[in-house]
This record gives sequence, C-alpha cells and structure tokens, in this order.
Amino acid sequence: METLKRRLLDMLIIFVLWLLLTWSLDLQGVVAGAILAVLFALVLSRLLPPHVERLFSPVRWFWALMHIISLAFWVVLANFDVMYRVLHPNLPIRPGIVKVKTTLKSDEAKAFLANSITLTPGTLTIDIIDDWLYVHWINVHESLEDTEAITRDIAGRFEVTLRRVFD
Amino acid sequence: MNSGVTPYILISIGVAFDLVGAIGLIRLPDVYNRLQAATKCVTLGTALILLGVVAASGWSAMGIKALLAAVFVLWTSPTGSHALARGAHIAGVPLWSGSVIDKYKEDTGR
Repeated sequence: METLKRRLLDMLIIFVLWLLLTWSLDLQGVVAGAILAVLFALVLSRLLPPHVERLFSPVRWFWALMHIISLAFWVVLANFDVMYRVLHPNLPIRPGIVKVKTTLKSDEAKAFLANSITLTPGTLTIDIIDDWLYVHWINVHESLEDTEAITRDIAGRFEVTLRRVFD
Repeated sequence: MNSGVTPYILISIGVAFDLVGAIGLIRLPDVYNRLQAATKCVTLGTALILLGVVAASGWSAMGIKALLAAVFVLWTSPTGSHALARGAHIAGVPLWSGSVIDKYKEDTGR
C-alpha cells in the first residue's frame, strides 16, 4: 500500500513537471504526458526518499523556505568572494582539503548540506564518508587541527535549517 | 511583453558573474580551485540570466521553462562539481603545490 502511494506520488510529480514544461492543456500533450508519467514512475521506481508524508508538513516547508533565503544570501556572498580572489593581482588563496563532521542523520539532509556547502564562499564538497564531509577550502584558516571550529564555519550555518526540514 | 529594464539588469549581472567564473578557470592553479570558481559564479550567473528571461517573458511557455531550468541548474551544478572533484582526486590529480592540507588523502589513502 505504501509503495503504491509513493508510485502514485512519483507519477503526479512527473506529470505536473511535464505540464509545466509544455505549458499547454492541449489534449494530445496531456495524454502523452500521462502515459510518460506512468512509464517513468515504473522505471525510476524510487524518485522520492522514504518518509514521503514529510512532504505534506507545512512546518518543514517553512524551514525549507528559511534555508533557501539563507542559501541565497551565502550564494551572493560566495560570488563576490570568488570575484575578489580571481581579480586580485596576487591571487590570495590558501587551498586545502579539510574534514567536517555533520550531525545530520538522513541521506537527503546530507546531500543538501553538501550542495549548500559547495555554493557558499570558498568551499567545495568532495566526498561524504559516514558522518564526515571532505571539503576543499580555498582559504584554509590558521587553526588546521581545530575540527570543531572548521565544522562551525562550514557546516553549522546550514545544519540548523536542514535538520528541521529533513530529519 | 513590455517589462522595462529589469531583464537587462539581471542578464547583465549574470553575464558579469559568468565572465568572472571564466577568468577564474584560467587564473586559478588546479582542478579543485577552478571547480570552485566555475561552480559558484557560473551557477549564479546562469541562474540570473535565466531569471532575466523570466522577467522578460513572464508567465508564458518560455518564462516557465526558464524558471524550471534555473531551478535545475541550481540543483545539479553543485552535484556535478562533487562528481568531478571526487573523480579527479581518486584518479590521482594532485592538489596545487601551495595547498596546505589534504585530509581526504590522509584518510582514504587515495
């Protein structure tokens, strides 16, 4: 029963995406979209993560919005950071790969954390192994061994919102 | 549709960020640093250009497509850069000689 519900939800999402992309209610297009939605939902089998019911929680959507707002701020800052480093005659970089421990539990939350870190100033996630994220940092701080401070700097600012969205 | 100067402003800023990303690709020393510039600037730059198209064409077929494309770019480009960086590291592409630390190599031995 649970699988059936998820399959139907997958179909619905694909179908809505199709309607948005074609942006017409022409009968032929709608029928083709419905057929394709069924086919894709069967082939892809797992489009949505487990705990689909979380998709209908307004509180989680609110925190998702908060996350997007804070992410937008950091993305803009990241761009000016890159602009400064790239256009500066001396190329002020001090790169290295550091590791960061995350307290997030679910895979989706970790994936979004990794993506968010990549879009923020000077950091690029390379890999996730268990609870550890390996992050390429364009300007590593002096305190190389202070994992806690590094974690706070890189991951802390997103964990607050992502935990409330996914975990 | 008449929508004034907003689309031009958005597209101009987007092109400027894309340009910085391209300069970064040339100036920065190794794969990982270049991916940084490419991911950040090109993601926001391209998203802004697409938002400019949205502002120009509004709720039409083109506007909706551009909006969806912007969402997909924001979603997939960091994912793509993880794959490239991880692949490069596993394939043995060295970090720039001025790099100060490589925890990933220490821990995985790759």
